Amino acid sequence: MRYLPLTDADRRAMLASIGAPSVDSLFGDVPESARDPAFDLSDHAGEIEVERALGALAARNVPAGSVPFFLGAGAYRHHVPASVDALIQRGEFLTSYTPYQPEISQGTLQALFEFQTQVALITGLDVANASMYDGATSCLEAVNMALRVTRRPRVIVSGALHPQYREVTETGLRYLSARLDRQPPDFDGTESLADRIDPETACVVVQYPDFFGRVRDLTPLAEACHEAGALLIVAVTEVVALGALKSPGEMGADIVAAEGKSIGNPLSFGGPYVGLFACRERHVRQMPGRLAGEAFDADGRRGWVLTLATREQHIRREKSTSNICTNSGLCALAFAIHLSLLGEEGFSRLARLNHARAAALADRLDTVPGAAVANDSFFNEFTLRLDRPAAGVVDELAGRGVLAGVPVSRLLPGESEAAPLLLVAATETTTEDDMAALEAALREALK
Amino acid sequence: MSAPTEAIRHRGLRFEEPLIFEQGADGRTGVDLPDPPEMRDRLGGLAREAPIGLPGLSEPQVVRHFTRLSQKNYAIDTGLYPLGSCTMKHNPRLNEKLARLPGFADIHPLQPESTIQGALALMDRLAGWLKALTGMPALALSPAAGAHGEWTGLMTIRSAHEAAGDPRKRVLVPDSAHGTNPASAAMCGYEVAAVPLNGRGRVDLEALKSALGDDVAAFMLTNPNTCGLFEDEILEQADAVHEAGAYFYCDGANFNAIVGRVRPGDLGIDCMHLNLHKTFSTPHGGGGPGSGPVSLCAALAPYAPVPYVVEGPDGFRLVETDPSGPAFGRVKGFHGQMGMFVRALAYILSHGIDGLRQASSDAVLNANYISAGLADLMSLPYEGPCMHEVLFDDAFLKDTGVTTLDLAKAMIDEGYHPATIYFPLVVHGALLLEPTETESRESLDHLIATLRRIVERALSGDADAFHAAPGEAPRRRFDETAAARRPVLRWRPPATEDRAAE
Ligand SMILES: Cc1ncc(COP(=O)(O)O)c(C=O)c1O
Repeated sequence: MRYLPLTDADRRAMLASIGAPSVDSLFGDVPESARDPAFDLSDHAGEIEVERALGALAARNVPAGSVPFFLGAGAYRHHVPASVDALIQRGEFLTSYTPYQPEISQGTLQALFEFQTQVALITGLDVANASMYDGATSCLEAVNMALRVTRRPRVIVSGALHPQYREVTETGLRYLSARLDRQPPDFDGTESLADRIDPETACVVVQYPDFFGRVRDLTPLAEACHEAGALLIVAVTEVVALGALKSPGEMGADIVAAEGKSIGNPLSFGGPYVGLFACRERHVRQMPGRLAGEAFDADGRRGWVLTLATREQHIRREKSTSNICTNSGLCALAFAIHLSLLGEEGFSRLARLNHARAAALADRLDTVPGAAVANDSFFNEFTLRLDRPAAGVVDELAGRGVLAGVPVSRLLPGESEAAPLLLVAATETTTEDDMAALEAALREALK
Repeated sequence: MSAPTEAIRHRGLRFEEPLIFEQGADGRTGVDLPDPPEMRDRLGGLAREAPIGLPGLSEPQVVRHFTRLSQKNYAIDTGLYPLGSCTMKHNPRLNEKLARLPGFADIHPLQPESTIQGALALMDRLAGWLKALTGMPALALSPAAGAHGEWTGLMTIRSAHEAAGDPRKRVLVPDSAHGTNPASAAMCGYEVAAVPLNGRGRVDLEALKSALGDDVAAFMLTNPNTCGLFEDEILEQADAVHEAGAYFYCDGANFNAIVGRVRPGDLGIDCMHLNLHKTFSTPHGGGGPGSGPVSLCAALAPYAPVPYVVEGPDGFRLVETDPSGPAFGRVKGFHGQMGMFVRALAYILSHGIDGLRQASSDAVLNANYISAGLADLMSLPYEGPCMHEVLFDDAFLKDTGVTTLDLAKAMIDEGYHPATIYFPLVVHGALLLEPTETESRESLDHLIATLRRIVERALSGDADAFHAAPGEAPRRRFDETAAARRPVLRWRPPATEDRAAE
């Protein structure tokens, strides 16, 4: 077996120096009834065979890049520069552990410090951690933090929050003492959350741009929160939007929980992604997750260490701010590299390009009989209202080789109002030909 | 924003590298994108006006920056990484290649099911292997890491108890447990009670029995345990746990010692998470991402979270919501760590059952070989063969003025990543060495010889040199206390330039 260096001669010699008669004897603590069961599983295989087997499975999927493609709803297809993947595949990044020994982990630590700075800058907040698993779990962690900070029990969740973020948050609170005030789906963008805030309210959770693609000024809501002593949590599923929009921090957000996948990371069927978590400086000791911080060594040289570890599970155990240990380190590195490549100008240009493509697409699709753009505002994704159930249209278009978008009913099953709604996204990877193909296929399907 | 260049002094292949924020120039970029057309924006009047403050770098600058950073990291690819409990084994590059096939890397989680049958088949196939290897009938694939799997498993347990009208309040956790175990239990609203070990480094069976009661929801054991030992009374533990109406949770972080030799299901385990980033070698990536699927017994299976894959006449289907059913909810966005599933399945198919069994056997052999090579010089708190990792305490350092931490830092100067230190908490000055099966005998011999030399130096009274270690790394020891007292968690523009910009 190509990964196992020991030869039979090695094994015999090693057993002799251990003074054990056999490898089996080293497993003598295993109860006899549980030793060496029979398995009906295949034996080892060479690279050629494994590549063939997995290649065959990959070939049964339709890659986004092979067809006109318009899906978003929390996972957006973007171009990742070649150098990002080349750099994260360097063994020194790929095959190292969490940087617990700072003297020989400065590479990872400095990259995390840069990542934290980037996240703080684009969200408009003071500090950010070294990543969470994904946007949805980051959202739950934000709510948990708000409960700790305010010591209040009530959580108000917008009906325009990504349904899976809401579900993960709901799941996380199920057996805790918090009370969830979950708003019904906000199909027409008329919900008013400020009215619901009371002295028991720990936080209000909204999405920006929201699940239906709308862009709303959160300043009044932030003010209402702060007046009542509650925190405003802003979830962002498409961070590229922050290159074109006012930051949540500028509007008064206290915590931003975002999905960072759009920068540096492939679609990968939903994971691994990278949760971003940013907040105000005054709440830093209540943050979940790892933090890289500046430190000086015995020679007074600047470097980085993991810091404020007394918040974390390995020190505080059941009193820690979160149970997270392994996070999304390498995805955070990919994010940091991609955003370094983009820089101020590139990030802004990327965002404007996304917006322009989506605007062009919206104008096109709005002309299709039986389809109407439902948004007054959007970034790179909008809701299209069809004259029939969107799920069927999506399946029909898939049959014609166009991946048209995400039917809202897929994420909000059982909501009759969701049925005709289709979320459509465009990015810098969307071409004129793609748009023409979607328009034509939709015209045909809606005839 | 330019760097204090006169302060930077490279030494041979050792480069000093400023932050990206200290090397940018306005107007520079590393990505060429077309000009966006002039248009009326639809941003709801919320177009950004203020600059963000990101530095501008060209592609060659960025490539050099991160390449230089990478060179400041120790990694499995550069040397033996005997970090106990973390399982730093070789990461095959075939797995990286396969995860990047467009059929896996470039598919969206919400594409129509007809367009992702291969992805669902892969998830089903991986689940099939994991169920067979653990000897358990069901599996939840979506948790993102070990701790996330613990939380998912305990939520499943809590939901089963609640459904039976028997909500229970406490979870028992051995003193030797990893910090994530009690932390995960607390996130499910449980109180945590500790169970002590016996003198042989295993859970004290009598103490466990007296701690059990009708308010106990689960006993959370790591097996092989965090002392690197197999819990030899596990069947008795299981009987006691089940008799009390509790579930038996296993932290599977150390499953790599027994894969292909022992099925946890046969030991009476009801629920166990697997760390694909340990046992099945998906790369740790400097701290993540991981993947933590949870194996479940038949009684817990109905409560597993969404989503899950089912096979029907028209192929595979994803069940994404279960509003009225017993599933306890959703733990993560989308369907789990697909990129890790591909790598883990590639690892599993490469090894096959014969290779997986050989890998566990070699991992255990290697750890015992290190133990035998050091036992006369260092102190083993517990007798008998170990599993995949060997635990030392610091009794052998008594009166030397050298601590476990000093020893760890001395390893750095000898070209090694240190062992895990001060974990588990149950032995004084713990040093936990895990070589893994992917180290050769020559490599182990070198580690043993090096550690012997370090320990002999410590015993001969060279404490000052130890306190000064490491001296050969890119940095010496940091003042971590000062760093935590006044934390600096991000770069900020120097004050003077800041004012000038305004
Ligand atoms: C024994 C044990 N349990 C749990 C964990 C947590 O796993 P993860 O880091 O994947 O969340 C670890 C890993 O550090 C561990 O060693």
